[in-house]
Amino acid sequence: MLSKGLKRKREEEEEKEPLAVDAWWLDPGHAAVAQAPPAVASSSLFDLSVLKLHHSLQQSEPDLRHLVLVVNTLRRIQASMAPAAALPPVPSPPAAPSVADNLLASSDAALSASMASLLEDLSHIEGLSQAPQPLADEGPPGRSIGGAAPSLGALDLLGPATGCLLDDGLEGLFEDIDTSMYDNELWAPASEGLKPGPEDGPGKEEAPELDEAELDYLMDVLVGTQALERPPGPGR
Amino acid sequence: MHYKIRQHASGPIFFLYFFLLQMNFLNFYPLSFYQDNPFNYSGDLLATGDKGGRVVIFQREQENKSRPHSRGEYNVYSTFQSHEPEFDYLKSLEIEEKINKIRWLPQQNAAHFLLSTNDKTIKLWKISERDKRAEGYNLKDEDGRLRDPFRITALRVPILKPMDLMVEASPRRIFANAHTYHINSISVNSDHETYLSADDLRINLWHLEITDRSFNIVDIKPANMEELTEVITAAEFHPHQCNVFVYSSSKGTIRLCDMRSSALCDRHSKFFEEPEDPSSRSFFSEIISSISDVKFSHSGRYMMTRDYLSVKVWDLNMESRPVETHQVHEYLRSKLCSLYENDCIFDKFECCWNGSDSAIMTGSYNNFFRMFDRDTRRDVTLEASRESSKPRASLKPRKVCTGGKRKKDEISVDSLDFNKKILHTAWHPADNVIAVAATNNLYIFQDKIN
Repeated sequence: MLSKGLKRKREEEEEKEPLAVDAWWLDPGHAAVAQAPPAVASSSLFDLSVLKLHHSLQQSEPDLRHLVLVVNTLRRIQASMAPAAALPPVPSPPAAPSVADNLLASSDAALSASMASLLEDLSHIEGLSQAPQPLADEGPPGRSIGGAAPSLGALDLLGPATGCLLDDGLEGLFEDIDTSMYDNELWAPASEGLKPGPEDGPGKEEAPELDEAELDYLMDVLVGTQALERPPGPGR
Repeated sequence: MHYKIRQHASGPIFFLYFFLLQMNFLNFYPLSFYQDNPFNYSGDLLATGDKGGRVVIFQREQENKSRPHSRGEYNVYSTFQSHEPEFDYLKSLEIEEKINKIRWLPQQNAAHFLLSTNDKTIKLWKISERDKRAEGYNLKDEDGRLRDPFRITALRVPILKPMDLMVEASPRRIFANAHTYHINSISVNSDHETYLSADDLRINLWHLEITDRSFNIVDIKPANMEELTEVITAAEFHPHQCNVFVYSSSKGTIRLCDMRSSALCDRHSKFFEEPEDPSSRSFFSEIISSISDVKFSHSGRYMMTRDYLSVKVWDLNMESRPVETHQVHEYLRSKLCSLYENDCIFDKFECCWNGSDSAIMTGSYNNFFRMFDRDTRRDVTLEASRESSKPRASLKPRKVCTGGKRKKDEISVDSLDFNKKILHTAWHPADNVIAVAATNNLYIFQDKIN
């Protein structure tokens, strides 16, 4: 259902104005928006987009189209907000904590880098499952988790502004991923008889030679743990 | 084909005398009408797929003098479980059994073949009828037990006895493990031998007989996923030129590729994009330009694309802009922020042509669907719902009030139910019969003139 007003539950300090004049989210360059207060409204739209991005990334298999569209929209909003932050203060009170705005002005590069890293991290997770594919694309999986911590730190700065969105930090997104699985050469495309990809890169400390019995055991462990949550499907 | 035009109180409104033929209470989508073949003695078929991985095929009743009122009705012909939920052990996640697309193959013998796909796996199904049973085998008894060959003293010829019609669906091919991302389209080639499957970043070409390999013909995956800004949203083969196909993107562009030019069709032959209208530019411009469906006309001369607010008809000879743009629900343009918030802006609507390419149809919200007549330039909004459909009575055109005083029978934009979306519609290739999938129901409407 369409709500008449845009009620933002998290930002109580912001004015809860109905979207009677929906023009506020138009490009600041547009003549019709000249009078509207872009900074406040854009911040709200920005937060909404960040929320959507996180929600999308938290899916076990994100909808790539949704993700790409949200990221592109976020980039547009960010691009329009950056010059706005440098302008003289807008007459209407920026009721929002504006932590996000201040951070944006100072950490533009960090933000886009972290958003890009988010996409890259996504690709690493995707890339790991590309073992059966004829194309070996991503870099060594070991790199992904290691690289995640420093670059995601920039987005952590948005924590206060986005409230309960980032309860345990973005690292929490990756907590349940057992990286030892991904470091295992077992999943490399070479085992499928296809050309070996960069997965066999320098990121690996060991090069285990697993035999059939160990593979079976590993599969049992996987199936065993999953069985607790839900019965496994018929298999591939 | 001719249509009746009736004067309406608010001015002349064009509509076809469609009436509700029947309604089935199941969550049906997508839809695919079977091309009527003069050699097909079993009649028209309509295939539908649902979230539970099931495919249901309806067959149109032939004209029957003893039951004249049932003529044209679609009865369930076959039901089968096409896809089951699977578990991807590598990624530790479940692959949904939800059917994304169904496509019929042209008929070559008495059996029918269709392709159905979920996110990852395409299956070729054979649907065949059996109305005879062989009896009197030499090597086995009537109950199937094998007979000892040494005990057989005389030979007999098995005879065929009639039996109740049985429709069997059997999986003939399973095309798996070729897509990393979610499959959004399948399209059968006019050569009747190959077909393409498209996911978010790649398009693969298959031979219907070969399941253990496919050719990758389009790959838009960037070397660095950080640079990903665009995904493939739909793809289709040209109806007559077996070397030509198109694919659409999330940025509102369509690329036409010729497979003769190179093995990997990353370089398009034609690039269709309408320049953005600067006066309507917004943060949501890209999202609403994302193409959710692309369909060639039956003639092969045009193609139609559906984006969030409109349907555009393109002449394949002109890449700079579409030749027609039809507004589906322009009144939503001022509500884009709310629609972004509730994710409705990401809904993927399909569109379809009628058999003669003179009309096009697409869905909207509130169980509304829209029809556009390209010749007369008129359009109509109809509703697929139990409340608005009386048996054998024509559908009343609906109107959305965008502002000001709401007239009687009009519905205001704020009263629209955005949970009732019609994403899938299909038009019979020859007759004025349409199928509309609305929430939990499948509606089949027919033109009174039929």
